[in-house]
Amino acid sequence: MQISPHVNLLNDLRSVLGDRARDGDFELGLYGKDGSVLQGQASIVCLPVDTAEVRQIVEICRHHDRPFLARGSGTGLAGGAVPVGDPVIIATAKMNQIIEVDLENRIAWVEPGVLNLDLTKELTPRGFHFAPDPSSQQVCSIGGNVANNSGGPHCLAYGVTSAHVAAIEVVLPDGSVTVLGDLSAEPPGYDLRGLFVGSEGTMGVATKVAVRLTPNPPAIRTLLLDFPDVRDGAATVSAIIAAGLIPAALEMMDKRAIEIVEAFVNAGYPTEADAVLLVELDGLPGGVEHGVEVVRSVAERHQVGNIRVAADNEERELLWKGRKNAFGAVARIKPDYYLHDTVVPRGKLVEVLDKVYKIADAYDLIAVNVFHAGDGNLHPILAYDSDEKGVLERVHAAGRAIITASIEAGGVLSGEHGIGLEKRDYMGMLFTAHDMATQDMVREAFDPQGFANPLKVLPSGSRCSDSFGQHVPDGAWV
Amino acid sequence: MSSLDAVPEEVHKFSAEVGTRDPVTVVGGRTQWNVGGAPDGSAREVVAPSGIWSHEPEEMTVRCGAGTPLTELSEQLAQHGQMVPFDMPPNATVGGVLSVGRSGLRRLRYGHIRDLVLQIRHIDSNGEIVTSGGPTVKNVSGYDLCRLMVGSLGKLGCLAEVTLRCLPMPETTRWLTGAADPFEVYARLYRPSSILWNGEQVWVCLEGVSSDVEAEAALLDLTEVEGPPLLPSGGRSSVEPKALKDLSADDGNWIAEIGVGIIHSDKPSTAQQISKTNESLMREIERRLDPNGRLNPGRQVVSL
Repeated sequence: MQISPHVNLLNDLRSVLGDRARDGDFELGLYGKDGSVLQGQASIVCLPVDTAEVRQIVEICRHHDRPFLARGSGTGLAGGAVPVGDPVIIATAKMNQIIEVDLENRIAWVEPGVLNLDLTKELTPRGFHFAPDPSSQQVCSIGGNVANNSGGPHCLAYGVTSAHVAAIEVVLPDGSVTVLGDLSAEPPGYDLRGLFVGSEGTMGVATKVAVRLTPNPPAIRTLLLDFPDVRDGAATVSAIIAAGLIPAALEMMDKRAIEIVEAFVNAGYPTEADAVLLVELDGLPGGVEHGVEVVRSVAERHQVGNIRVAADNEERELLWKGRKNAFGAVARIKPDYYLHDTVVPRGKLVEVLDKVYKIADAYDLIAVNVFHAGDGNLHPILAYDSDEKGVLERVHAAGRAIITASIEAGGVLSGEHGIGLEKRDYMGMLFTAHDMATQDMVREAFDPQGFANPLKVLPSGSRCSDSFGQHVPDGAWV
Repeated sequence: MSSLDAVPEEVHKFSAEVGTRDPVTVVGGRTQWNVGGAPDGSAREVVAPSGIWSHEPEEMTVRCGAGTPLTELSEQLAQHGQMVPFDMPPNATVGGVLSVGRSGLRRLRYGHIRDLVLQIRHIDSNGEIVTSGGPTVKNVSGYDLCRLMVGSLGKLGCLAEVTLRCLPMPETTRWLTGAADPFEVYARLYRPSSILWNGEQVWVCLEGVSSDVEAEAALLDLTEVEGPPLLPSGGRSSVEPKALKDLSADDGNWIAEIGVGIIHSDKPSTAQQISKTNESLMREIERRLDPNGRLNPGRQVVSL
């Protein structure tokens, strides 16, 4: 009897991983998608515990001429972890140890499956934290943060993941293991570390990450400002930055977001307001108080309603709870949502927000806006009910219109979610064919045959070598 | 709309000047000319365009020609109370500083200079314009070639145009000096801008609003000075921050950047080792982006 290639591959993987190489319906359902609305097809899922096992998986994949896809918590919103081209999935969930906290170097070595908030919880009592704080930080992994160069509210002042990663141990697509970057001030040679961060798993699998530790601020002030008109809120954002103040975080929520969040969290958000700004200032006490005064005076020039200053840490956490649970709260109005991520110059926020509302109206969808206003990073949420016939076509068309409006305003495709599958075919809106071919040449230095997370980031036309099919399979857009 | 629509005329001219054949080397302010070795004498010298092309104070971004001298950049930004903390000689150029990739003395607070870069336009080995990154303060669209270009000594492309993130100038900057344990100083302060140490004496740079600077200074028993000491310029080595603890005053004339891991010394530094695997990745990138070796021949990023 002939053994199928699938069984052959699974047997080889099981010889290394035992029952941690799986093809059961439960796993395949789970790993067929990520946080996006895209659906792919998983056929084998591996759960390695260390670098050696990852290396063996990659070698077995190569032996069987099969691509692979490394996956963290699967919270990505751009389909970066959605399997296309039938990759073997390497889930890092069991590689979740904080290996070493090195306070003298202000570095921690962690495995990729460590959850973002777990790391910060471990570090906080020692006076430090990991600065990138995506809204999904309770569940997203450091490996995923590295793959997507993740941001979060506090990246306004502290920078995104790339600025907080000193070195990465990587299993390369040819099965060799190397460390990109190091703990020294200026690692020798080209910055391969910087190239790898944000490469969405297309250059290899991160198996250990040395993250930089940020000291906890001695003082923090969190303010909630409400505005009778969303335009005044947006103008306040620009004016705060123009006044020479970079808050630790500067978040905005529109009327609909305030209503659903308040109903969900009861944080005391003013539901009669048209928009709120959540502003956080941190650092030494003098600078923080100075910042509070700047925010106050700028806001007062822009028709602010109430200014609520969190009295204690409990109130601060409550205000943040509203912000960080906004996406979940959308379920109160519609069962499904599609979260977008574009960046526009801060000065264009009002103009683009207006367009977002008009686009949503035109496609008969509900738009909710909760976003990182301080860095111009829009996150329009399109709420819908997937049971409604033809709704997804409208959602995608509206999404494309939002992206177009953002780019026309001088913005970019993605601020922190990445390109993945979702925006792959929009890359040509921002880059020329030659720009993309150059990016691909650099990727190819790591992975000439396209084994690592195939068919992601760059549209197929710009890639010189797609060994595993040229197109997203039919039905990938659920 | 592709980004090529917005490319300034000066960049197109520079692209023609770089051309498609014969070896070229880009000349900036020559302030760090010998890093990586001098280029072959055969290489034709080209100069990147200069000038501030847009500065939007409310966006805190600035776009300029890579040949713009730092002095021109800082004068423009200072008019709006902003800065880009390169901390290099005023005649150095933006493109030169980024190509060399060495950060200035306030890296401890402001981070590596590569993290200030938002978008780069470079001329590739075929004389074509390549744009990477994006003009906004936050962006993860596509592969991050900007990080790769910083520190590449012009061997992967000639920097033509750069968009940078600006920072607000601190209200107060104060340098202090005296005898103290630099590692204790580091542990005691919240995000100081710089701590220097020569084995006997420390120099500390504190920045922020005056009340904070005064309060932090009061934690230290140091006296105020004009600015940082003159740095030995014979060599520059890069180590893990904690390895600086092993330095002693007997090691000659040196000044170390505490918390960062840079040692400025009288003695020439020895090159750090690159693993075989990383070296082959680096060579592969060079080979793909500059197959004929026409960009800055003779200069080495990956040491021989």
